[in-house]
Amino acid sequence: MEVLQEGKGELVGWHAPDEAREWVLKNKSRELKDKTMSAKEAVSKFVHDGDFIASGGFGHIRVSMAIIYEMIRQKKRNLIMAGKTAVHDIDLLVASGCVNKVEVAYCFGHELRGLSPVSRRMVEGGQCKVIAETSNAAYQWRWLAAMMGLPFIPSRNLLGSDTGGYSSCKVVKDPFSGKPINLIPAGYPDVAFIHVHRSDIYGNAQIDGIIVEDFELSRCARRLIITTEEIVDSEVIRREPWRTNIPFFVVDAVVEVPYGSHPCEMPGLYWFDEVNIAEWLRISRTPEGADEYLQKYVFGVDNFEDYLEVCGGVKRLSYLKRREFYQEPVKAVSYK
Amino acid sequence: MAAETKYNLRELLACNGAKVLEDKRSVFVGTGLPMIASMLAQKTHAPNLLIVFEAGSLGPLMCELPISVADSRTFYKAIAASSMHDVMSLSQAGYVDYGFLGAAQMDMYGNINTTVIGDHDRPKVRLPGSGGANDVGSFSQRLIIIIANQSQRTFVNKVDFLTTPGYLDGPGAREKAGLAKGSGPYRVITRLGVYGFDEGTKGLKLISLHPGVSLEEVKENSSFEIIIPGKIGTSYVPTEEDLRILRQEIDPVGIVLGK
Repeated sequence: MEVLQEGKGELVGWHAPDEAREWVLKNKSRELKDKTMSAKEAVSKFVHDGDFIASGGFGHIRVSMAIIYEMIRQKKRNLIMAGKTAVHDIDLLVASGCVNKVEVAYCFGHELRGLSPVSRRMVEGGQCKVIAETSNAAYQWRWLAAMMGLPFIPSRNLLGSDTGGYSSCKVVKDPFSGKPINLIPAGYPDVAFIHVHRSDIYGNAQIDGIIVEDFELSRCARRLIITTEEIVDSEVIRREPWRTNIPFFVVDAVVEVPYGSHPCEMPGLYWFDEVNIAEWLRISRTPEGADEYLQKYVFGVDNFEDYLEVCGGVKRLSYLKRREFYQEPVKAVSYK
Repeated sequence: MAAETKYNLRELLACNGAKVLEDKRSVFVGTGLPMIASMLAQKTHAPNLLIVFEAGSLGPLMCELPISVADSRTFYKAIAASSMHDVMSLSQAGYVDYGFLGAAQMDMYGNINTTVIGDHDRPKVRLPGSGGANDVGSFSQRLIIIIANQSQRTFVNKVDFLTTPGYLDGPGAREKAGLAKGSGPYRVITRLGVYGFDEGTKGLKLISLHPGVSLEEVKENSSFEIIIPGKIGTSYVPTEEDLRILRQEIDPVGIVLGK
């Protein structure tokens, strides 16, 4: 195939198909075994300095915050993050010095809430490096190629743009149509963390609502940590097998964390905690403010239960539940 | 009657955005004003507008403005809560008529920048990046762009970074790059007017001026030359009913419209 153009972005998380297969054959067990553990144990066991990491969900929705906080607490360093519409998670990880390289589809902003003061400061100041640009579909298809065990997947986005020019993709002449086609390289995160509605102790997991990229991401990540709102009996999974989004044999750790997406939304359970998000956006305008927030919500507490207490406990969580179900009115929030 | 109706700029943009959307068509919607415009269209002239969101919602009938393109409001009464792979694949395959985005900077061919101001590796301002914008701009047959603040700094000769492809450098360029045949930017809506693209040159062309806006203002607030046709219309003026829906049903606390 004739290569017409090569993106100059750094290629991260790519492995040749045979190498990827061998890794799976050697490291991923098909044994149905209890994988429950604490967030602390899961992070110390499966996240290593320098890893290419990816977070499930999308933006402020269905994010495995318990794992994000634990990586900060354990002071993981030089992590490369998949910026696949990563918002609050990456902001905290960049602010705390865990992540210093990002392949960006969408980062450094909080969608409608405004741009992120801290990540922007770190990128504009050079402490956090953007190693490649890409788009949401292209990121998602990096996972697709990897979960299929293929070196790349062809697509018709990124063509003609600087996003493509700064990506790790290559444009080739399609041998069938004779026209230019973009090739997106497979992407295998070293470790991914996905928050789900329910899972059994083996890692068979169900997600309610849109699944975003997590079908593909769960199947391509070398190590996968599942955090779950609740652990259910395997009978619950086997009664309705069509609802299983993630099968146990791709899962390495199962961590039970009720409200584990807070302050982000968990569809069908609880709404965004806008008070907490606004506090972060206001306070992170200065490095001292960002440290203060991390001290209060991450280093100052030992676990997620204590963290929820600091955030307002049962009273606050009950409000977020009612808000999710349209039982509380929409409120205007100032993020400034 | 209409002359006495008081509306703000964002309400005007939302109403003109809604007017572009046709009933029984599909639209791929981005955050903010595009969401509001699509909801308004569905509640007025386009009840059968098929809305899709990149994170996986297909065909919702939203009753509350989503904050993100992935929150639970996006799939309220939807026909399916699916995945990004599904929505992006359907778009690439031709099921999306309209794409609808906001942007920070644009050139005469509708190429848009949401990545950096200044140099990529040493940016003056780092913006969020493509997100799904490059995909929407590549896959949707007709792209609608809202750039509220039209000025010489936002209507530029050359975008600092070409995040999302418009007509690239002119006629035939999209097809030559491998992008879908016949696809591309369709309408641009700003604080001054509504624009389309010239059939021949693919350059930005004025369609209508908002009430009270002069042709001079349009020309002054662009670094490139906008094509001015012989006949220029007046943009759609929000009705009392539009404003009632916007203020009472879609965005009652002014999350987007109050900005």
